[in-house]
Amino acid sequence: MAQSALRGLCSRAQSFRLFVVPQRCHSLSRPLFKKEDVEVTFIKASGEAIKTKGKEGDSLLDVVVNNNIDLDGFGACEGTLTCSTCHLIFKQNDFDELPEKPTDEELDMLDLAYELTETSRLGCQINLSKKLNGLEVKVPSTINDARSS
Amino acid sequence: MIRYCSLSIQRSVRTFMTSSTQSQVAKLCIVGGGPAAFYTAQHIIKTFPECEIDILERLPVPFGLVRFGVAPDHPEVKNVINTFTKTAKSPQVRFAGNVNFGIDLSLQELKEAYHAVILTYGAEEDKTFGIPGENLKNIISAREFVGWYNGLPRDKDLNVDLSDENVVILGQGNVAVDAARMLLSPLDELRKTDITEHALATLADSKVKTVYLVGRRGPMQVAFTIKELREMINLKDCSSIFEKEHFQGIPELIPNLVRPRKRLTELLVKSALETNPKPSSKTFRPLFLRSPLSFTGDSKVTGVEFDLNTLQGEEFEHQTAISTGVKESIKSGLVLRSIGYRSVCADPGIPFDKQKGRVINTKGRVDHGVYSAGWLSTGPVGVILSTMSNAFETGANVVDDIRQDIINLNEKKPGLRAILSKLDARGVQTVSFDGWEKIDQEETKRGKALGKPREKIVNIGEMLQIAESGKKLTAKG
Ligand SMILES: Cc1cc2nc3c(=O)[nH]c(=O)nc-3n(C[C@H](O)[C@H](O)[C@H](O)COP(=O)(O)OP(=O)(O)OC[C@H]3O[C@@H](n4cnc5c(N)ncnc54)[C@H](O)[C@@H]3O)c2cc1C
Ligand code: FES
Repeated sequence: MAQSALRGLCSRAQSFRLFVVPQRCHSLSRPLFKKEDVEVTFIKASGEAIKTKGKEGDSLLDVVVNNNIDLDGFGACEGTLTCSTCHLIFKQNDFDELPEKPTDEELDMLDLAYELTETSRLGCQINLSKKLNGLEVKVPSTINDARSS
Repeated sequence: MIRYCSLSIQRSVRTFMTSSTQSQVAKLCIVGGGPAAFYTAQHIIKTFPECEIDILERLPVPFGLVRFGVAPDHPEVKNVINTFTKTAKSPQVRFAGNVNFGIDLSLQELKEAYHAVILTYGAEEDKTFGIPGENLKNIISAREFVGWYNGLPRDKDLNVDLSDENVVILGQGNVAVDAARMLLSPLDELRKTDITEHALATLADSKVKTVYLVGRRGPMQVAFTIKELREMINLKDCSSIFEKEHFQGIPELIPNLVRPRKRLTELLVKSALETNPKPSSKTFRPLFLRSPLSFTGDSKVTGVEFDLNTLQGEEFEHQTAISTGVKESIKSGLVLRSIGYRSVCADPGIPFDKQKGRVINTKGRVDHGVYSAGWLSTGPVGVILSTMSNAFETGANVVDDIRQDIINLNEKKPGLRAILSKLDARGVQTVSFDGWEKIDQEETKRGKALGKPREKIVNIGEMLQIAESGKKLTAKG
């Protein structure tokens, strides 16, 4: 609970970066110097692939926000587990590899997502680790209307 | 030098707005300033940046039900306001608050001023039962109750009497659960929220101990979502007590259900059958298979007469409630009616389905040059996510129609200039987004003094006065 609140604060601070001064929000659990880049590819419903990277410990929502990735409506509640607009679909083996299993609260929000699959997760709840390098996730179409891109 | 600089920036914005493939700027008007409005605008400026979008909102303040519906103890949900604010500050968008569509301006006038009008004015009325006693004192619609604790100006003087131990809420949707949670939450939890001071004062004297949440059908047909149920079950100093007998046969159904109904039913069954109620001073009591027949009381309500129902039909989704002829009464000094919102037909020119209480539309297309989005379009169901998705669809259709010349941009339209001069002549003071930000600052300041994130101003006159110090809205952008 405390952790997810903290996460919420972090991503909120980060989205303020869009308006205000750049400011880095660190994960408190790891020392700074160890953070490595993790490559992530977002596949939009239109098929377009966006290759980008984040740092270890970043959530997938952080990756979208920090890299200004254009996904309509993504992360509406800013990582506070109250909207499900950060719904992402994983490949089965990546899904199995994710270190933290979804909490009841995450599953509750996922229940409201469109195109829910067995390998769906909420992006704001997934933190990058080195192991996830090269991760490919699908962005469901209802958030990102295929016709518009 | 500096002046020259800013001028040239302005000029380049203009060139950018007029000189791409389509040489004309689309002048669009959005009526209503809730999530549907901001999401539609967001989608259009992204996919067709050569546009000018004016958002006309009845209240001096934006954001619709995010401000006046979403419960005060769910502040995270309101983070969407940050994105809406970004949209409102885009060079293409202007917000005009305190403009009452249908009274201050007609649909015809908007059609004359803009290439297209997008109606997103929501669902602001409520459904009634039409049964005896419904006019008794302290029978209140959940919509008004929500407006009251959330500072909606029209509900600021609502008289809510919490002197009785029992409350009946009729309806089993999320709004009903929100209302129950407000009545059952420890006061100290609410104090930290942006709940209005008048509601807080009334709740401080509350004698309410038990809140019944009554539905016509059974546990398989509840309309609330699992997050709201879990919150009730975990509420401090409150136990949830279910009628076990209505869960017969339900555990056996679970394996064949799909999400989200599956997880919701699992949690219901678990709470109903497996857990013992914790000792607590308050109780949340969902009741099933009851339809209200009448309300009792002389001037103030004292109870509700129910007809007990049974379910008919095979598949649970389609089961209907039919009366068994057996009656029951429940004592209650406050009744909240929470059986849905409905839209009104704000202008006689709108094709409107009175039965369903919404605008007649196909994927957001209403009439030539007229569109709709959000709850006005879909009916009052779903969460912000569904409103967002619906608004994106309408936005995409508007852009499609522009690209296919169904909306003809060669037609000259005066846009905001004409609208502002009409409003001016009619003595309507408009509130710009800058004006709203002045109100926002004042509310935050007042909240801080009370240890809350904000204290909402509930008086329209006062809002207008504060907004006056902000920049005036002009047609120049
Ligand atoms: C009590 C309640 C709690 C909710 N809680 C949640 C929640 O926790 N999470 C969630 O995701 N969703 C929640 N929702 C749902 C969410 O609020 C809706 O999905 C969303 O607000 C619908 O957006 P809208 O723009 O269609 O309508 P609205 O938000 O109603 O916006 C309509 C706007 O139009 C304005 N308007 C009305 N008439 C006129 C007129 N004549 N002229 C000009 N303007 C006018 C209104 O003032 C309003 O600002 C809740 C809804 C309610 C009722
Ligand atoms: S950003 Fe809202 S749930 Fe993840």
